Amino acid sequence: MAGEPIIRVEHLTAKYGERTIFDDVSFDVKRGEVFVILGGSGSGKSTMLKHMIGLYRPAAGHVWIEGEDIASAEGEARRRILRRIGVMYQSGALFGSMTLLQNVKLPLEEFTDLPADARDCIARTKLHLVQLDGFEDFFPAEISGGMKKRAAIARAMALDPELLFLDEPSAGLDPITSAELDSTILRLARTLGVTFVVVTHELASIYAIADRVIMLDQRKRGILAMGSPEELRDHSEDPFVRSFFRREALPEEVRSW
Amino acid sequence: MPGPEPHAARLEGHRDPRGGLVLQLAGRLDTASTGAVWREAMQLTRGGSAGDLFVDASGVEYCDGAGASLILALRRNQEAAGRGFTLRGLRPEYRQLLDMIAPAEHAPDEVPPHREGFLEALGRAALQLLADQRAFLAFVGELCVCLAVGLRHPRQIRFQDFLLVAERAGIGALPIIAIVGFLLGLILLFQSAVPMQRFGADIYAADLLGIAMFRELGPLMAAILLTARSGSAFAAELGTMKVNEEIDALSTMGLEPVRFLVVPRVLAAVLVVPVLTMVMNLAGLVGGAVVFTSFGYPLVTYVSRVLDAASAGDLLGGLVKSLFLGVIVAAVGCLRGIQTGQGAGAVGQSATSSVVSGIILIAIAEGVFAVIFYVLGW
Repeated sequence: MAGEPIIRVEHLTAKYGERTIFDDVSFDVKRGEVFVILGGSGSGKSTMLKHMIGLYRPAAGHVWIEGEDIASAEGEARRRILRRIGVMYQSGALFGSMTLLQNVKLPLEEFTDLPADARDCIARTKLHLVQLDGFEDFFPAEISGGMKKRAAIARAMALDPELLFLDEPSAGLDPITSAELDSTILRLARTLGVTFVVVTHELASIYAIADRVIMLDQRKRGILAMGSPEELRDHSEDPFVRSFFRREALPEEVRSW
Repeated sequence: MPGPEPHAARLEGHRDPRGGLVLQLAGRLDTASTGAVWREAMQLTRGGSAGDLFVDASGVEYCDGAGASLILALRRNQEAAGRGFTLRGLRPEYRQLLDMIAPAEHAPDEVPPHREGFLEALGRAALQLLADQRAFLAFVGELCVCLAVGLRHPRQIRFQDFLLVAERAGIGALPIIAIVGFLLGLILLFQSAVPMQRFGADIYAADLLGIAMFRELGPLMAAILLTARSGSAFAAELGTMKVNEEIDALSTMGLEPVRFLVVPRVLAAVLVVPVLTMVMNLAGLVGGAVVFTSFGYPLVTYVSRVLDAASAGDLLGGLVKSLFLGVIVAAVGCLRGIQTGQGAGAVGQSATSSVVSGIILIAIAEGVFAVIFYVLGW
């Protein structure tokens, strides 16, 4: 999956007030790969994601998406970047006053001049992709948490972005749906060359989809490990990383982690 | 005299011949019973006053997290005071529990808790205030740009939202506006007519009511009711969207929340607030008429007095003012909504603060308009 970097994170530092979440973090995401961000709670995974999509301004450093600095891009330049990325939020973040179909159609309405029936058709195919046929006219409040997540993925994919950010896509999904989602992600990555940045804890899912993983750590305030999941499982020198990927309890001597 | 219950926690302290204090813990140290001995144990050992401490736990029959916390707290106090601490006799299974709840001794680079001094707190509050003002200014600027763009390209405005909000904030508010207006007119005319009657001037109470309603009370009350009903609703709605990450979702879709959410609401408020003001004025005059006619004056007198006293300028001035108040109310509601922090409590705070800020700003705007109208000679 070697490709040129599509995202370049350089010396990124994030703070909430006085508290440093991570400090001087740098890494690349290559075009077409499935890149997983891992870490314990409080390690700054979601913060990292929000910096990468330009919601938070970094305390220092830059996030370059296709050569554009997302934090300082304004107006048209910003829209141009955002137009090419899709984001699925942890809670789904569907618009409660719209049906699922309207949710998925919204980006199409705002960014394209497709005729109404084409928009409708595209939105339906996206919902079909996440197995939500028949739920087009339901409101988010009327469906389950897992369905909301899938609908949110459909909405994130509405404009066929080159870059998809998923925040904990499989949390709250049953194993079958979760596996189907994984295969959807893989299919999109392999056939359409979509690049994925995924925040997740699901080990099964990581082994299934991840080309590369970075593991963030609260104490190090940065990257604890980076590599493919198999590499980290077999060759990591850090007992915490090894235990994580082998799904073992921590050895006694590193309990203080 | 009955002895202690067999299962209660017991504590006994005696001086050790070699110096220091021996604390004997016994019985059940569980959540229900530990509290009884906790205070006593702390008093006996306060500030390391007892010297070195030997805790003899051989009589402990049962120990849960509460008991372990007691032992841990004793150890911490001794360590903080630089005195010795020895624990003996605790059964191995409970010792394990103690090890489990004792956090790592060397928490790496933990920032020591820092107590904020008065000056520091003051400075922080001042900075916060400045940041608030800055955010407010940025929001007003963005709103103005979006409104200007929206007026030039009306197709960009989300009319569906606009109509929905206008219906809720406008038609939905008519009953309460009518009731409040009616009662306001009724009370105002009655309260002013009674003292004026002593001077035989009660007929002028109609003038007073007409002018007061058209110029001040109509727009003011309509705006306050709009704040309470709709400003808070905007804040709660947008706040919930913020908490649910919906606003983040909008931004990352490249849809500016201000254009998408705030502009339709502000425009809807601007549309409905003059209508609400008119209804308020009318209801107030009707309420006044009820009292006025009950004083024995014919209705036609009332109408002619009101028309005589209040000019079209008064009415128009009031309506113009109401337009601005509508913008303020809607914008503040939306701003507070967008500024919502995390969690359900934050939504409540935003709703409250939208009403508070809304009313304060209405009062300020009323003052500004009073000066402007005075200078213009209206």
